[in-house]
Amino acid sequence: MSTTPTLEFRDLEVAYTVRGIDREVVRKVSFSIAPGEAYGLVGESGCGKSTAAFAAMRYLPRNGKITGGSILFEGQDIVGMSAGEINKLRQSAISMVYQNPATALNPTIRIGEQVAEVFELQGFSKSEALAKVEEALVKVQIADPTKVMRRYAHQLSGGMAQRVVIAMALASNPRLLVMDEPTTGLDATVEAEVLDLVRKLRKESGTAVLFISHNLGVIRHMCDRVGVLYAGALVEQGATEDLFSNPSHPYTVGLLRCIPRGGLHKNTDRLDTIPGTPPALGTHFSGCVFADRCALVEDKCRTTQPEMVSVGQSHVARCFHTNTAGSMPRAIDTVTVSVSQNPNRATTGTRLLDVDHLSKAFTQDGNAVHVVNDVSLQVGVGETLGLVGESGAGKTTIAKLILGLYGSDSGSHVVLDGKDLAGTLNKRDVKDVGAMQIVFQNPDQALNRRHSVTRIVGRAVQKLRGLSADASTDRAHELLSGMRVEATLHSARPVQLSGGLKQRVAISRAFAGAPQLVVCDEPTSALDVSVQATILNLLVDLQKQDGTSFIFISHDLGVVRYISDKIAVLYLGRVVEFGESNRVFQGPHHPYTEALLSSVPNIDGSIRKRIPLTGVIPSPSNPPTGCVLHPRCPRMAGSGVEHLCSSVEPALTEVEPGHFMRCHIPLDQLRTVQI
Amino acid sequence: MKRFILKRLGLSVITVLLVCIIVFFLTHILPGDVARQYLGRGATEDDLREFRHVFELDRPLLSQLFTWINHLLHGNLGQSMQYRGPVTDLLLPAIGYSSKLAGVAFFIIVPVSIAGGVISAMNRGKKIDRAITVGGLSASVIPEFVWAILLVLVFGVIFQIFPVTAFPRRGSHDLLTQIWYLILPSISLLLVLFGYIARITRAGVIEALDSDYMRTAVLKGLSRRKAVVKHVLRNALLPTIAVVASQIPYLIGGLIAVEIVFNYPGFGTILKGAVDARDYSVLQAGVIISSFVIVLFQLIADILFAVLNPRIRQKVSE
Amino acid sequence: MTESTTSTIANKSDLERKQIRRERISLVLKDKTFLVGAFILSFWIILAIFGSIIAPHGAGDQDFNFVSHSPTSKFFFGTDANGRDVFSRVILGTRLIVVMAFSATILGTVLGTSLGLATGYFKGKFDMIVMRLVEAISAIPVLIIALLAIAALEGRSPTLTVIVIGFVFTPNIGRTVRAAVLGESELEYVAAARLRTERTRHILFREILPNVLPPIIVEFTVRLGYAIFAIATLSFLGAGVEYGSPNWGSQIAENWGNIYSNVWWPTAFPALAIASLAVSINLISDSLLEIFEL
Repeated sequence: MSTTPTLEFRDLEVAYTVRGIDREVVRKVSFSIAPGEAYGLVGESGCGKSTAAFAAMRYLPRNGKITGGSILFEGQDIVGMSAGEINKLRQSAISMVYQNPATALNPTIRIGEQVAEVFELQGFSKSEALAKVEEALVKVQIADPTKVMRRYAHQLSGGMAQRVVIAMALASNPRLLVMDEPTTGLDATVEAEVLDLVRKLRKESGTAVLFISHNLGVIRHMCDRVGVLYAGALVEQGATEDLFSNPSHPYTVGLLRCIPRGGLHKNTDRLDTIPGTPPALGTHFSGCVFADRCALVEDKCRTTQPEMVSVGQSHVARCFHTNTAGSMPRAIDTVTVSVSQNPNRATTGTRLLDVDHLSKAFTQDGNAVHVVNDVSLQVGVGETLGLVGESGAGKTTIAKLILGLYGSDSGSHVVLDGKDLAGTLNKRDVKDVGAMQIVFQNPDQALNRRHSVTRIVGRAVQKLRGLSADASTDRAHELLSGMRVEATLHSARPVQLSGGLKQRVAISRAFAGAPQLVVCDEPTSALDVSVQATILNLLVDLQKQDGTSFIFISHDLGVVRYISDKIAVLYLGRVVEFGESNRVFQGPHHPYTEALLSSVPNIDGSIRKRIPLTGVIPSPSNPPTGCVLHPRCPRMAGSGVEHLCSSVEPALTEVEPGHFMRCHIPLDQLRTVQI
Repeated sequence: MKRFILKRLGLSVITVLLVCIIVFFLTHILPGDVARQYLGRGATEDDLREFRHVFELDRPLLSQLFTWINHLLHGNLGQSMQYRGPVTDLLLPAIGYSSKLAGVAFFIIVPVSIAGGVISAMNRGKKIDRAITVGGLSASVIPEFVWAILLVLVFGVIFQIFPVTAFPRRGSHDLLTQIWYLILPSISLLLVLFGYIARITRAGVIEALDSDYMRTAVLKGLSRRKAVVKHVLRNALLPTIAVVASQIPYLIGGLIAVEIVFNYPGFGTILKGAVDARDYSVLQAGVIISSFVIVLFQLIADILFAVLNPRIRQKVSE
Repeated sequence: MTESTTSTIANKSDLERKQIRRERISLVLKDKTFLVGAFILSFWIILAIFGSIIAPHGAGDQDFNFVSHSPTSKFFFGTDANGRDVFSRVILGTRLIVVMAFSATILGTVLGTSLGLATGYFKGKFDMIVMRLVEAISAIPVLIIALLAIAALEGRSPTLTVIVIGFVFTPNIGRTVRAAVLGESELEYVAAARLRTERTRHILFREILPNVLPPIIVEFTVRLGYAIFAIATLSFLGAGVEYGSPNWGSQIAENWGNIYSNVWWPTAFPALAIASLAVSINLISDSLLEIFEL
């Protein structure tokens, strides 16, 4: 019986040299992974988790270096190893799976050859290696390995590419597998498939895993033990269940609290936040790294670095207040926004927006590609409509069609407050343009980096409200301050602001013209969860105050559930389900919604039976016949209406009052099978 | 693939046609009377009229354009104003000589420049990298004729290592001697073209070195050397094909000055004579022929790139 | 509490950003490549302005006692076959080439930028047609099309050469700007501008143009170097400027035949002048390229 851990970090320190100055990114991190164990490192962006992962491979960027401590692989320090020795280890004992599988594969070499390389390094001849590739691909559940072997990276879907990378990583039968955000960027259903696969392979091979993720839900489902990183320091570590049920560091507590979990809703619950923003790379701390943002902070915390304190069996936290952390006061930003919108238009009813038979086909290489198909939606005054769906669902296109950024095809109608709007923006009058605005996903691209914050918002006020330049500037300052962008920042350029502040500026701009409806296109997906909560709170406040309606696009079902009154589920440019938020989440669901919901790894640890969605999302340029879901539908087999599913596209029908579905299977039948 | 080639071919034909039209209008529409320019201020009205008649300059513009293009299609590049004979008789042998010079230069330039770029990239940030990039580009902004004269001065006149002309005197005509005479002119062309090709090659290699797939290769346990050879060079050198093709216009432009300095009876020397004599027919033909060559090489480069790049190859064969 | 924390952090990054910008400027001023380039270029610009005061002899002054004479204390760079002072002629040749190069490059940059903005933003058929034309013009070697145009136009004046070179540069600069604009117009701040009913002109010049300035500046310096290249070569070929005027290319054209009899000075000095001017501009563009991280 061996007690040597497979991997051990001992007081590891890593620094990046930026403009001649060493900036610490990993601060005295110690942990160990036993053979066969899955250890998760979790944290927000910039916390050093990826650096730690690559350090375990002894691979750092050109400006990175290990400045202290050691990394032991099966008891051997790899920090001082020669290039040849470390190569030997990479060939046979440790492998890695990366965040972007598509770019991790060489674009000009066939897949088979790339995987074969690993076997060749182990001394197999080329032909033996190729034969082994087939086996390896079968192992990662690739159905047609010989075909995949002949392909190039760009011909694989994201999920398929990640399977290939996993096959490559496992080809050497490694004793340690490092996985760096292996499913980030993949669609929810694909992510679930990949995670299932990893879990299964791990069970078979008994490989130890270092699993890196920002997603607490994923970590919870994949790992035996978890370490929480903040600003490069390990602040808490423990067995997964223990840590999630009894978090003992204020940061872990805050992180778990600010995630919109199932059951929370904007009408009844306000989200907790973690005040402030994560520190800049390489900030120097004389005390606790989290002191600046901690609700329990004392003078001691700022001057003395706390030691790891045991809070349970092999559960430790680096804090002076481990006893009270779990019950620390809630951090709710009580200051509500003060943006007097003074809306100069009264709505005529409770219905604000009617989208009827919205369609859009783009021409690609001379062929029409129907990206949006016959979409009908309604948004009430002061209501939030959530749009969910995976890539290719047409969420953003629908938003841009409604706003008039793209012209919709004939037969489409966008009716705002009883007025049928022109298809394109330049044919709409200023008032209607100002009435519908958008907050984009990426504020770096949405804010002109050459303009000041005041100018960005002021110009929008000037154009949409028709105010003079001076009055617009005043109004812009008022708006920005109302959104809690401080006056000292009004002359700043976007690049000088943090991600959360940038998004506040973008929201201020969207509200410049006293809009009735604001489209929020993944407004928080580029932000860390602690910042996400403050933005969601802000949006909810704005809605409560002015009765603004939202169309909220997100791939994060937790967020959508929290903020939406109604949900539309999209698949391949079609609305497959539409109704009250509770209805859609509680079911009976459309088979696609069911599969989507079941694929989300829940943070509360509850295990739902996963309804797998086989195959890949078809291309909108070549959609399946009949119901577009039928080749992947989890409920078609045995439904008795298979012939209909494969030949006739179902219409969006009201299956019960206020609940619409595009499915041939009767509601009652769905209800029965979904219990 | 066939469709892709046909499409590229079609575009190339359009480009050449457009070049013809641009050239035609340059000489016929711009304020300036060809006949007056050619014959000089002393010419009488009768002289002018006769000249215009001979060179069909008195017909309506469009009909001139159509006959001209029609002639071009039949390989008739017009009559030289200076020699009153077919332009082709004058240009064809000259083009033969120029091709020889350009060919030798090309075979020196391409490998040397690419090697320079690769060396530079592999030593990123070091002195040799700065020397190659800054030195290479600095050399490339100095005109060929300056390089040519300096080279002749240093290696031909002062040290007398290389011949001062590009053309062996009567007698010794074996291939090696001919190439020996073409080395110095080729080096002047190399100095001008090296910098850009090396710089782009360097960028391509660095991009590949920094790529995720290179990281994958290293973390598989390949040695750095093997990873570079197998994973970097192939991806990095693909774009260089396009870059090399894009330098052909500069190569042809450079020929003129170099041929004059090295007293080489090529295409450039003929053009220079045509400029001095204001022989428009020859100039026009010169532009068209050089454009044709350039478009041809671009076409070849495009097809080569598509054939070697799986992403494009797949796309076009679908 | 929340507010003060956010603001301190934001202020910190504010400071840091300002520092980076200051660092960037000081980076330019510290960069040896840039300094050497700027030093040489300012030397030539000063000569271009004050050349006529500095030059010891007139451009056409002939001294038949000193024909093809090697450098002496009276004639620092020697004399040419016509007994003219090479030193003075090199100094007096500066103004013409500097003024011509800058004018041609400015013309090309203004035209090219407009072309690039329009084609990059409007895309569609307009873009397609213009790009076909641009492709056709790019398929003609710059020098040869300039030779043809200059020969076709009446007279051989510097103005004409400037206009021809400016036009010939337009497609190249246009292509660079177009590529940058294509990228920018996909960014969502452009959509945001449309969503506040901005006119196209405002979007092009106020929103997009400031963001594509770095590549335009670099392209300007690159083209400036190439303008020197082209003007020198054209005048060497006898097509750029009036015959006999003191400009470097013509000086070389008149005198290089004598290098075989070891009279190298009337050729070598203007050649070095061309080389140093072109290289100085290249050094500047090279360091800008590095610092803008293009």
